[in-house]
Amino acid sequence: MILHFTLGGLRQGHWYEYALRFALGGVMTVASALISRHWGPLVGGLFLAFPVIFPAGATLIERHETAKKKRAGIDCVRRGRKAAAVDAAGAKLGACALACFAAVMLGAGARSSAWTLLAAVIAWAGVAGALWWLRHRHFPERWFKARRELG
Amino acid sequence: MELLWRFLIGGTAVSAFALLADLLQPKRVAGLFSAAPSVAVASLALTLHQGRTEQLAAEAAAMLLAAFAFFTYAFIVERLLIGGARPALLSTLGALPVWFVLAGAAYWLLRGAGP
Repeated sequence: MILHFTLGGLRQGHWYEYALRFALGGVMTVASALISRHWGPLVGGLFLAFPVIFPAGATLIERHETAKKKRAGIDCVRRGRKAAAVDAAGAKLGACALACFAAVMLGAGARSSAWTLLAAVIAWAGVAGALWWLRHRHFPERWFKARRELG
Repeated sequence: MELLWRFLIGGTAVSAFALLADLLQPKRVAGLFSAAPSVAVASLALTLHQGRTEQLAAEAAAMLLAAFAFFTYAFIVERLLIGGARPALLSTLGALPVWFVLAGAAYWLLRGAGP
């Protein structure tokens, strides 16, 4: 399975979905700064790994998948929910990579710079990609089962 | 004014990761981006810009443990949704207390380990 970019995914979404994500991201960034200011960096740091986008993302995936099946004449909400479950499985791997992002920042500590931040993002992308590949290579039956069920 | 900048930068970072997730195929990869460090990148970039690097280690340590709370939360949501019996919004919001409990435990651990 080769990763590639396609503009097809953008056609599924609506402008308000991007607006919702923008608003949630903005509010969470402001909230984490205010929390850090009032209760210290330990509490503020926790909210840097808060699943702010995930509930909205999973709900949108469920809605898109259900609508897609409905257009194909299949009226079944279960498929949409299973698609959201596949998204959650990916989020588990993303969370492991998020820990690596934090570990890079922790390692650099007070000596951190913009380069450290860039290295942490690359570490996140590398670990997330590697975990996805390993999962796909060694446990393909689960992915294929999910894909078959999603049609 | 600083909070407005935070809002704009945070929103842009989250939208950029979401856009990347929508552009990538196969769609199953998109789940990885649900746990992308978008808010962290925006927040830490502003912290670095303001030169408040002394608090970075504490924030990163807390984030490291909160990432494991995120993992557990995602695992529970996956289990709730896999059968297809529960709606996504109910499952994702209903499992959020798990994240708060684990993040609370992480704070308690880190506060105990601190100076």
